[in-house]
Amino acid sequence: MLTRPSQQREANVNRAPGSARVDLLVVADMVEHGARVLDVGCGDGELLKILTETKDVDGRGIEISREGVNQCVAKGLAVIQGDADTDLADYPNDAFDYVILSQTLQATWQPRQVLEHMLRIGHFAVVSFPNFGHWKIRLKLLFLGRMPRTDMLPHTWYDTPNIHFCTIRDFRQLCEEIGAEIETAVALNAWGSRLRINAPWWFWNLFGEQAVFRLSRGR
Amino acid sequence: MSMVEADLSVAQDAAGTREADQPRDSLIVRFGPDKPLKLDAGVDLSPFQIAYKTYGTLNAARTNAVLICHALTGDQHVASVHPVTRKNGWWETMVGPGRPIDTERYFVICANVIGACMGTTGPASINPKTGKPWGLDFPVITIRDMVRAQAMLLDHLGIGTLFAVAGGSMGGMQVLQWAASYPERVFAALPIACATRHSAQNIAFHEVGRQAIMADPEWRGGRYLIENTNPRRGLAVARMGAHITYLSDAALHRKFGRRFQDRENPTFSFDADFEVESYLRHQGISFVERFDANSYLYLTRAMDYFDLAADYDGVLANAFKDTQTRICVVSFTSDWLFPTSESRAIVHALNASNARVSFAEIETDKGHDAFLLDEPELFAIVRGFLDGAAHARGLSVRP
Repeated sequence: MLTRPSQQREANVNRAPGSARVDLLVVADMVEHGARVLDVGCGDGELLKILTETKDVDGRGIEISREGVNQCVAKGLAVIQGDADTDLADYPNDAFDYVILSQTLQATWQPRQVLEHMLRIGHFAVVSFPNFGHWKIRLKLLFLGRMPRTDMLPHTWYDTPNIHFCTIRDFRQLCEEIGAEIETAVALNAWGSRLRINAPWWFWNLFGEQAVFRLSRGR
Repeated sequence: MSMVEADLSVAQDAAGTREADQPRDSLIVRFGPDKPLKLDAGVDLSPFQIAYKTYGTLNAARTNAVLICHALTGDQHVASVHPVTRKNGWWETMVGPGRPIDTERYFVICANVIGACMGTTGPASINPKTGKPWGLDFPVITIRDMVRAQAMLLDHLGIGTLFAVAGGSMGGMQVLQWAASYPERVFAALPIACATRHSAQNIAFHEVGRQAIMADPEWRGGRYLIENTNPRRGLAVARMGAHITYLSDAALHRKFGRRFQDRENPTFSFDADFEVESYLRHQGISFVERFDANSYLYLTRAMDYFDLAADYDGVLANAFKDTQTRICVVSFTSDWLFPTSESRAIVHALNASNARVSFAEIETDKGHDAFLLDEPELFAIVRGFLDGAAHARGLSVRP
């Protein structure tokens, strides 16, 4: 269930002056020049295009929506139609330097297995996701008593593709459980700016609207 | 069958067999006894000839050649008027100036396959040992034999590496065989609406077609060219059956429904009351004008035998091991002859080989034939894929 790329990627974005999405630029920052990259849930190929143009990567993508795939292929990107939950198993070990999961983790059926496959297929995994621990979401649930809807997460509970929300703190715990090492992490506030790097995790978990992690296999 | 008989008599003097030796509007290369075609059946075919067409200009570095592989009943006339039917090329929407496979940019080659009947050596050609048409003495050929012959043609033309090889259906099988047999000679590959092996259902349909031909008394054990007969009815029935498999229930319903042909009421006879019957009869009749019945037997057999994984210990991924070829697999939602699941199997194998693969499924109700029809999404994908590959290959916009 890699999903919603085209629509939601349009809906929830903060765009930098160059008009690329801020979170995509943060993800792209974490990828080395010339690396072999697999973008899982690559949508219409925006991130792959940025990576190809600015980092000269050898990029591939998987995308669940037919429209997304066909747009990517028509752009000359190497993208296949597939599902993160079922199709990552087909990739051999160490096939890529980086496996990227951008704004897709919360839409997978088996986030833990997906993450484990990512670290098996790639030396590094880069994961970006919306933080369900953000203060606005906490307040909405506390005071309204209803499932929170925000600009970033506009769906109602009954039609959302997002079935596995987590907070930054939850994600760190999952990393620990599967033995993944957190190499770098960035949290972005509601305006798309980076939170202070030396802020404590509880601060990120409260004020980060989205987070980007670069993971490696633990020792 | 009164309608078929009437129209068949009109087609009596069609030029189908003469094309087999001296094709019109085509280039021919003849391979003498020093260059036999080594067949999978374990025999050498020699001498033999290949009829082909080219479009566009080969650049100085010889890096812009695109090989088009035709399907079962196709031929080399991919983007120009067919010499027998006078119809436009079978892939004219895809290949030509400014088309997705742009002949102002690429040097396009399309060769009639081994075993066919439009000028490349096949069962309708003259067997040099007897001076008579080969008939069933022609050796059984395979998809790999077709590709081997194409490789010999490229050697003859002095083309080392193809920029791309593209084709649908049986043409897609050849594309896959190219990628497996000659990975270093293929920069980009476009297998469309195909599979790495022919399914039991597809073999079954082919067998019905072959039996229809062989049941025609005019087939004469395959010696009809010598005995001056022609199994037109058998071949027409084979074509009618096969044609249904190229369409879809939805497409047939959309095109014909249950409408009557030129009449208000049923005639209570076995006349072609329904439009769909009339259409199929027309398909059968026009096919026999241009196709040789024995060629139909040989080419369907070649497709039946195709099983790429079998040549690699049953592991499809081994067929594409360490391949550097860029591959774009395309399937169509309503294609039940080569369904999307077959294309997915190709993609899985390519992923396991860590190949640079793209895969798109196009939504359409036109069935298997969609690859030949006006499908804007297909054109956009082929154009985008080739543009990306051309960029990587360092090909300029004009040769």
